[in-house]
Amino acid sequence: MNPSKSNLQTVLESGQFAVTAEAGPPRGAKPEIVRQKAKILKGCVDACNVTDNQTSVVRMCSLAACKILRDEGIDAVMQMVCRDRNRIAAQSDILGAAALGISNLLCLSGDHQTFGDHPQAKNVFDIDSIHLLQIAKGMRDESKFSGGKEVDGPPDIFIGAAANPFADPFKIQVPRLAKKVAAGAQFIQTQCVFNLDKFVEFMKGVRDRGLHEKTYILAGITPVKSVPMIEYMATKVAGMDVPPALIERIKGVEKKNQKKEGIKIAVETIQQLKEIKGVRGVHIMAIEWEEAVPEIVQQANLKVK
Amino acid sequence: MIVGEQKPIEDILSYIDGCERILLAGCHGCVTVCCAGGQKEVDVLASMIELGRMKRRQPCKITKIMQERQCDVEFLEELIAKSKDHDVVLSMACGAGVQLVAENAGTLKVYPAINTNFIGAIHEKGVWGERCQTCGDCKLYLTGGICPVTRCAKSLMNGPCGGSRDGKCEVNSEISCGWQLIIDRLEATGCLDQYEKILEPVDWSRSRDGGPRKLVREDLR
Repeated sequence: MNPSKSNLQTVLESGQFAVTAEAGPPRGAKPEIVRQKAKILKGCVDACNVTDNQTSVVRMCSLAACKILRDEGIDAVMQMVCRDRNRIAAQSDILGAAALGISNLLCLSGDHQTFGDHPQAKNVFDIDSIHLLQIAKGMRDESKFSGGKEVDGPPDIFIGAAANPFADPFKIQVPRLAKKVAAGAQFIQTQCVFNLDKFVEFMKGVRDRGLHEKTYILAGITPVKSVPMIEYMATKVAGMDVPPALIERIKGVEKKNQKKEGIKIAVETIQQLKEIKGVRGVHIMAIEWEEAVPEIVQQANLKVK
Repeated sequence: MIVGEQKPIEDILSYIDGCERILLAGCHGCVTVCCAGGQKEVDVLASMIELGRMKRRQPCKITKIMQERQCDVEFLEELIAKSKDHDVVLSMACGAGVQLVAENAGTLKVYPAINTNFIGAIHEKGVWGERCQTCGDCKLYLTGGICPVTRCAKSLMNGPCGGSRDGKCEVNSEISCGWQLIIDRLEATGCLDQYEKILEPVDWSRSRDGGPRKLVREDLR
């Protein structure tokens, strides 16, 4: 084993079904909030993503929260969006992260700032997520900055990207994944899978092109807490595909048991995902509900390193 | 063309507060076509200012003038000559016109009466849409004639973000997803395979990010 490899990369390369989770950083400077999340997740995930000002709401930066997770013994995946930083800042943050031992990077475009609490902000989008992948790969593999100059000490990073099999237009989603793989995505974390049929269709397209052999695909899982939450996700969250039958299933359960049902659905989905060829792990996004992760991992009988 | 719209009258009145002799200057260029600063709009705005000032018991004298193009120094002579008997020039031209007048107006105040919105096209009467961000590095030949820099809310160069729904942008369901339009056009023109080519980052040094731009054509000088 290469000691410089991240735990996530090691697990995926070993062929073990990987488990990642997501931790949203706090809306303030309290490190103990991140430490608290780390305590909940430690021992039940192979790595944990830290979101980067998700939904364009200001939070503690991903890099700092990743460092706190790492100090707590969790392999961190730094999410980086193109909305807030140009190619200079992006490369600078990649170097800083690598220097602090954060060795997983997830390259994203980022939600538009109109969703957040600073809709008056100017967005950057100097580069897009595919460029960010190329740049990170170039820094690591060729010791070159995007401007062409030499990197004095390339960053040792495992590079990933997101995929949304449920986004429109559907026909472009496999080719878009192919572009991300060509740009350097070694692992992929998908949007939450609620519509399993559509995900199966997407994965067939992925396998037809052999992409599952070129990148590790982790399917997204979000446990549902309540009826308002699933209805919000179905109607208000961009790029989400929630079948009406799933909403009905949650509605059919007494309010006090809805969280339990949500976890049950997540576990059932994981069992089905494990059967899909090319799915190499799951990415559990329990939004402000990290406590659900250990329960799901245990009930789904997932093992972590 | 450049598309603009008139500022709120209260804003305009606040700029010219205390000025008695006002030169209200319209333009026969883009702002006439987009009905923001042509002859008709000059006449209407003059009446609105007179009314507003009468209400404030601060009557004023407005001189109306139309210029061929306020963004062309060749056409500014009459405007500049007339401006000398005034306290302020209120320009109904686009931002380029207002600035060129200001640069040539000596010590006279020059204020805008319209907001310059974008370079766009007319969809139907009364509806305009943005089409060009003047990035200086046109890639329309690669994207089916639809501009990703302008039409995608994130200016993504390599495909749609995961947020579009039914062909509409995540920002607003009134906005078409630029990449949906590009993909539809590529498909319609038999060029969908072009989608998988990774488009390089935009060279923003050719855009305004390289500093205010200037174009010199030696063949025309």
